[in-house]
Amino acid sequence: MDKNYKTTGSVVGVISNLVTVKVDGPVSQNEICYVKLGDTDLMAEVIKIIGDIAYIQVFESTRGLKVGATVEFMQHMLEVTLGPGILSKNYDGLQNDLDKMDATFLKIGEYTNPLEDDKLWEFSPTATLGDKVTAGDWLGSVKENWIDHKIMVPFSFDKEYIVKEVVPAGKYTIKDTIAKLADADGHTINVTMTQKWAVKKPIKVYKDKPMPAKVLETGVRTIDTLNPITEGGTGFIPGPFGCGKTVLQHAIAKQAEADIIIITACGERANEVVEIFTEFPELIDPRTGRKLNDRTTIICNTSNMPVAAREASVYTGMTIAEYYRSMGLRVLLLADSTSRWAQALREMSNRLEELPGQDAFPVDLSAIISSFYARAGFVHLNNGKTGSVTFIGTVSPAGGNLKEPVTESTKKAARCFYALSQDRADGKRYPAVEPIESYSKYLDYEQVQNYLANKVSPDWVNEIMKTKNIILRGKEAKEQINILGDDGVPIEYHLRFWKSELIDFVILQQDAFDNIDANTPMERQKYMLELILSICDAKFNFDSFEEINPYFKRIINAMKQMNYSEFNSENFNKYLNDVNQTLQERRVE
Amino acid sequence: MTTQAFQRIYTKITKITKATCTLKATGVGYDEMAVIDGKRAQVVKIDGDDVTLQVFAGTEGIPTNAEVVFLGKPPVLKVGPELAGRFFNAYGTPIDDGPEVSGEEREIGGPSVNPVKRMQPSKLIPTGIAGIDLNNTIVTGQKIPFFADPDQPYNQIMATVALRAEADKIILGGMGLTHDDYLYYKNTFDNAGALNRIISFINTTENAPVERLLIPDMALTAAEYFAHDCNEKVLVLLTDMTLYADALCIVSNRMDQIPSKDSMPGSLYSDLAKIYEKAVQFHEGGSITIIAVTTLSGGDITHAIPDNTGYITEGQLFLRKDTDISKVIVDPFRSLSRLKQLVIGKQTREDHPQVMNTAVRLFADAANAKTKLENGFDLSDYDERTIAFAHDYSEKLLAIDVNIDITTMLNTAWELFSKYFSKAEVGIKQSLVEKYWHNN
Ligand SMILES: Nc1ncnc2c1ncn2[C@@H]1O[C@H](COP(=O)(O)OP(=O)(O)OP(=O)(O)O)[C@@H](O)[C@H]1O
Ligand SMILES: [Mg+2]
Repeated sequence: MDKNYKTTGSVVGVISNLVTVKVDGPVSQNEICYVKLGDTDLMAEVIKIIGDIAYIQVFESTRGLKVGATVEFMQHMLEVTLGPGILSKNYDGLQNDLDKMDATFLKIGEYTNPLEDDKLWEFSPTATLGDKVTAGDWLGSVKENWIDHKIMVPFSFDKEYIVKEVVPAGKYTIKDTIAKLADADGHTINVTMTQKWAVKKPIKVYKDKPMPAKVLETGVRTIDTLNPITEGGTGFIPGPFGCGKTVLQHAIAKQAEADIIIITACGERANEVVEIFTEFPELIDPRTGRKLNDRTTIICNTSNMPVAAREASVYTGMTIAEYYRSMGLRVLLLADSTSRWAQALREMSNRLEELPGQDAFPVDLSAIISSFYARAGFVHLNNGKTGSVTFIGTVSPAGGNLKEPVTESTKKAARCFYALSQDRADGKRYPAVEPIESYSKYLDYEQVQNYLANKVSPDWVNEIMKTKNIILRGKEAKEQINILGDDGVPIEYHLRFWKSELIDFVILQQDAFDNIDANTPMERQKYMLELILSICDAKFNFDSFEEINPYFKRIINAMKQMNYSEFNSENFNKYLNDVNQTLQERRVE
Repeated sequence: MTTQAFQRIYTKITKITKATCTLKATGVGYDEMAVIDGKRAQVVKIDGDDVTLQVFAGTEGIPTNAEVVFLGKPPVLKVGPELAGRFFNAYGTPIDDGPEVSGEEREIGGPSVNPVKRMQPSKLIPTGIAGIDLNNTIVTGQKIPFFADPDQPYNQIMATVALRAEADKIILGGMGLTHDDYLYYKNTFDNAGALNRIISFINTTENAPVERLLIPDMALTAAEYFAHDCNEKVLVLLTDMTLYADALCIVSNRMDQIPSKDSMPGSLYSDLAKIYEKAVQFHEGGSITIIAVTTLSGGDITHAIPDNTGYITEGQLFLRKDTDISKVIVDPFRSLSRLKQLVIGKQTREDHPQVMNTAVRLFADAANAKTKLENGFDLSDYDERTIAFAHDYSEKLLAIDVNIDITTMLNTAWELFSKYFSKAEVGIKQSLVEKYWHNN
């Protein structure tokens, strides 16, 4: 077949953004095509083929589309452009650079370049003549913001090559040839700083994917202390509306100990993305002292943007994350909300009149979610370096009921579960992560236990378990008190309850909007937890249950003030002193 | 979209259902409007030369030889300064005996604002109602609904808020309004001397329910004209969005779509989001703020309509009757304004965030104490004090008929804290307590 011959077709039917096209040649599943509507080209993707009829989902409004409109098929799947310049960008779900659009309102059929073709980058080569290389191997690097952006052998190069030429250090554009590689047959291939990759195909240019072992610090106590996530780990945050999924994700995006943050706003509010646009260029990463924006890329397909591109947005995010992982970086990918993506799949599956599964979602929903989560992970690269994609998605269950297909499917795929509870949110106990139901399966990993023993303290995992136990016993005590009445239970029950409240108020609750409290480094988390456990271990002298409530409130109050103060500052120590004095009043040795 | 040089007329309808008619026609565009037997209709499906039209007023009485005229364009509204003070139906036709509006014709339901061209909302809208200003402060460019049972006075509250909000234009989108409520709005705005700032798009219970699907887009197209083209501060009132969603449900069921939760179409989230996301703050100063009403059935917010709404809007204002004081309040527990943190403690006094949270927490303690009481347990001294606090808090702050400024709200809250509690029980940052505690 003539490689240059492109299949074309003409529209025969339209229902919303599902369009049927009669084609004059071969087409492939998921192939990208453009539908002509007057002077504009509407981008679309093939989602089903029957005979010479292709069913395509259009990524734009189809208003005004008529039978007979011409369609041109592009011979590739939905792909992103990879290369230096991705960081700090604001993309839509199809990787159009939103800042390159002039009009206030999005224009149908306007597609913009994700990178800058004529920008000069300071390239330093690392490969030398005669090196044997395969896909993903590093040939050199450029400084993207402050990050070492590796220029790699394109991922689609599926053989072994010999480096024939590398340009000397200097300024080049992404379109300039920076290296020439020869394959075994002696064919020479030019390599530039940019390449394209189909978003639905995982990038697998690594040697292996071991079990994750290192904890990824987020500065959020209820995560780091109670249910830590790992570099290359997966987690999800389900919760009813308004319980704090987005606030929690934004906190993680600001504070997490990662080199690169990719935020995918998938079918959520535009104002929440604007918040990031506004804040991130101003905020400083506490670990590096650099602007947060320097390490962040935002992909937004907000809820009023075309529904079909929602699905694309999470894959675009994942592909970019995998790209940076291949450079030996720690990437954190956040998606809010994966339920919107599932709903987009549902809308299309219904239009295709496919047999519906539970709640009218497509029957293969679970498989789709699992294979997406499987793309995250910690990897050993071919050159011995490591990289990771940590993925945390939110889930928005209908009616707040966790027994629904998206939550249940995600639970099978993700290793950390941070369930937000309506009760906690109603009581303004933020972050509303339910401490008893939530879990991190990584705590069971021997590698992670060893890591924590070395990094935090030898006894840390036991202390976590002990903390969880106190919370559970506090809850049980509370239930008994509610059934039997304040004086119908032994004093000990009140004490148990208030110890769990102490943990709740001082460790679990954290003010995401307070400069100091928002971000707690691990050292400080350890200090506070150990202080609290020492209080929980202590014996107290109370004559009646009525003395317990005001006494613990005083301790809680002083410790909350500690949380609001700079660690080890004068104020911090003053409140610590208050705590110790209060303890002395009733502690029995 | 190009308009046709001549209009094509068809007279052969091949299929008629309750809501749709299908006919053979060519050269028809998706979403295009048509008139069939004098009724407005819109293209919802094209399959070869079979074109299916959704007839807004229903298909009753349409014969197979009815005359069908395609208008060559989607639904449009003529926008211009003349819109001010006028009343229209769902098709944008005047219903106030005034002249046709002249102006630029715009497609309704157009594309959304590029997110990078939006500005972060930051201007507080004072309403004088503490359940809003103190606990759930709203800002220009926000979208927020009242969640209310059908018997609550939400239309009165919306009208009050609208008039106090100091907007340049108020756009009322009435869906399934009773004629009395329609007149209520008209009279209230008239009495306040505000009619020339109001533009209304009205579908009453006397009109066909499916027609109301056009109301939000009509209202928001007018809003975009004033906010974007004229840089004005526009407030859009949408009442009642539950009736809007019911109309979506009627259409999707009649078109045999697979229903999802509560027989609502699977696209409910996207359908509602497209409307609410029109709320915006522009850099040039114009803004669209949307205040809507979602009526609940039996207070159930897990029903698909309020549930999807909650996932889209920036909070919700939950109306309920407080039995303590027998007045309607904005419930501090289930209500939320997600944009409040952009302004509280910044454009309002520094103690605002902590005072608000503490008062709500103490109110929650009172609710627990009441449950204890109902279950026949003795109350502790603390319990008694929280109950007394809750009563005062409802009466002096939460009651919907209280109209005071935010600083007075904060002072009142401190007064109540100091009256009923110790400093430790209140647990507010020391520096603030030192400054604002009564009789320090
Ligand atoms: N850690 C926190 N500290 C203080 N307030 C919080 C915290 N988390 C959430 N909130 C409050 O809850 C509100 C809602 O949070 P958020 O927007 O994150 O909810 P959500 O779960 O993402 O809801 P939706 O599903 O509708 O998007 C916030 O606007 C804020 O007022
Ligand atoms: Mg959210």
